[in-house]
Amino acid sequence: MVEDEGIRRYVAHFILWIGIAIVAFPVYIAIIASTQDNALIANGQMSLLPGGHFFEVYYQTIFVGTSGSTREPVGNMMLNSLVMALAIAIGKIAISIISAYAIVYFRFPFRMSIFWIIFITLMLPVEVRIYPTYKIVADLHMLDSYAGLSLPLIASATATLLFRQFFMTVPDELLEASRIDGAGPLRFFWDTLLPLSRTNMAALFVILFILGWNQYLWPLLITTRDDMQTIQVGIRKMITTTDALTEWPIVMATAVLAMLPPVFVVVAMQKLFVRGLVETEK
Amino acid sequence: MANVTLRNVRKTYTGGFEAIKGVNVDVADGQFCVLVGPSGCGKSTLLRMVAGLETVTGGEIDIGGRVVNQIEPADRDIAMVFQNYALYPHMSVYNNMAYGLRNRGMAEAEIKTRVEEAARVLELSAMLERKPRQLSGGQRQRVAMGRAIVRQPKVFLFDEPLSNLDAKLRIAMRVEIRKLQRRLNTTSIYVTHDQLEAMTLADVLVVMNGGQVEQVGNPLAIYEKPATTFVASFIGAPPMNLMSTRPEEIKSQLGGAAGEAGIVGIRPEDFAITDQTPAGGVALPLTVEAIERVGAETFVYGSREQEDQRVAATPGELPPGEVIVRIPGTEAPAIGQKIRVAAVRAKLHLFSGDGRKRIEA
Repeated sequence: MVEDEGIRRYVAHFILWIGIAIVAFPVYIAIIASTQDNALIANGQMSLLPGGHFFEVYYQTIFVGTSGSTREPVGNMMLNSLVMALAIAIGKIAISIISAYAIVYFRFPFRMSIFWIIFITLMLPVEVRIYPTYKIVADLHMLDSYAGLSLPLIASATATLLFRQFFMTVPDELLEASRIDGAGPLRFFWDTLLPLSRTNMAALFVILFILGWNQYLWPLLITTRDDMQTIQVGIRKMITTTDALTEWPIVMATAVLAMLPPVFVVVAMQKLFVRGLVETEK
Repeated sequence: MANVTLRNVRKTYTGGFEAIKGVNVDVADGQFCVLVGPSGCGKSTLLRMVAGLETVTGGEIDIGGRVVNQIEPADRDIAMVFQNYALYPHMSVYNNMAYGLRNRGMAEAEIKTRVEEAARVLELSAMLERKPRQLSGGQRQRVAMGRAIVRQPKVFLFDEPLSNLDAKLRIAMRVEIRKLQRRLNTTSIYVTHDQLEAMTLADVLVVMNGGQVEQVGNPLAIYEKPATTFVASFIGAPPMNLMSTRPEEIKSQLGGAAGEAGIVGIRPEDFAITDQTPAGGVALPLTVEAIERVGAETFVYGSREQEDQRVAATPGELPPGEVIVRIPGTEAPAIGQKIRVAAVRAKLHLFSGDGRKRIEA
């Protein structure tokens, strides 16, 4: 039996390693390719070992960009993406926690209707309402601006729902104790609800940041100037479909760079993120 | 320091449900008033109305000579201890107690003095920096008490504060609460469904049922002279035996003056196993169905021959035809044995047929 156990463990580990390899290999290829010489890749002679052009390729990617297709340093694209993702994540959290607070804790006319209207927007992602949204943004002269990139994506039913559900699990007695302790609505929100929502906000931030970072269609539509390009749009533009030679090391370096901020956010907030998903601190 | 007066207080919810149907209670300064009753009787609603957490739809609530119907909870000069403690989970014990004082703009030095004094009294001094989740149930309970004490309010309100504790701790905390209240001499209103807690804590006991006050008074006086069959069966454990007087078996024994009584009540401890029938008293032949020996006393559950003689539904109900007798722990009749129990005239409680009125004969 003991031997059996050993064999079973090896088999299990072997299968897990296969899984890891399948997931990680493309990432590995991207990293390797970003250190190779372009001519080598174009010839189909790419080695599976790191090449010697790491610094050169990344320097060019971040500060110069491709020589042909995008004409824009990826550093700037990353900045655009970062501003957009942060604005969306923070904006969404701020707006939805406030609206959830109103819906859960205040009795005002048409409260439930408003809740249902918010709920219905769940079924209307940007892709569905893209023309009216574009029209509004264009009429407000927000094309090619950070506001235009982020504002239409901020209003969020999902986050409002999440906070609503969370607020409804907060015991009423906490609100009552606060009232007796002389805390008004704003103080209760600030002193009690916000600290209690911390883990929820962290979990949402991770999800929303990645969502914002990975936006493609919307930035593609409303940005025309090269210096407002986001990294996801940039990657696509770098891959030329015409006769020109795609600069693969730079494309791969850009892809690797595009992965870094989400990875960083997940790693940095991992603890809070998991706590926000599995437990509520009450 | 204040007295609390409820004048014809009513609460009707928007749906038309009447939770409180006109309650009049007067709690004198420094008294400990306990509201007791079965769940759904409106006792918690009444307390929350005094706290200002529920609106008052009729009548007046007066705290210290000021009608507070329209005043915010924070400005009523009250402090409340909740059943689940309602401690702020993200704040340390110190901050939990200090929060209300800070909101009132009290100087930090004064807050520190008050919190430390309360912590000393409640033996929480070593835990001031801990979070509520790091405390045991009893300790959380004490923090909740501390939060009320530091305010130095006119009135303490307790909403079943001990019901989340285990039995042993509950008794210990009960004594603590009483001692603390005596020392601070603060008017208190305490809600519980536990009649033992109610009996031991109260200066004034208010027995509630169905949104109305059944009886107000000193706990022992209520025990000795319950005004209705509801109070009779709710206060006292095991409950009072209530029997219809209709059957000639009993009525003939009672004699003239009590003739109008429809229900007779006898507490289990007022029975004695005897062959004699005391003059004007009641004697019943019983078959022993079950016995419970708890050491100092023995409870005998006996059934009577006529099964239809029990009175209609009341809390702590016995099955129809069953009688509980409490005898010294040294005795125990055998199961199935036929015994005869009797109670003297002075120990009988007589009520009108609907159970709403006590008859003194």
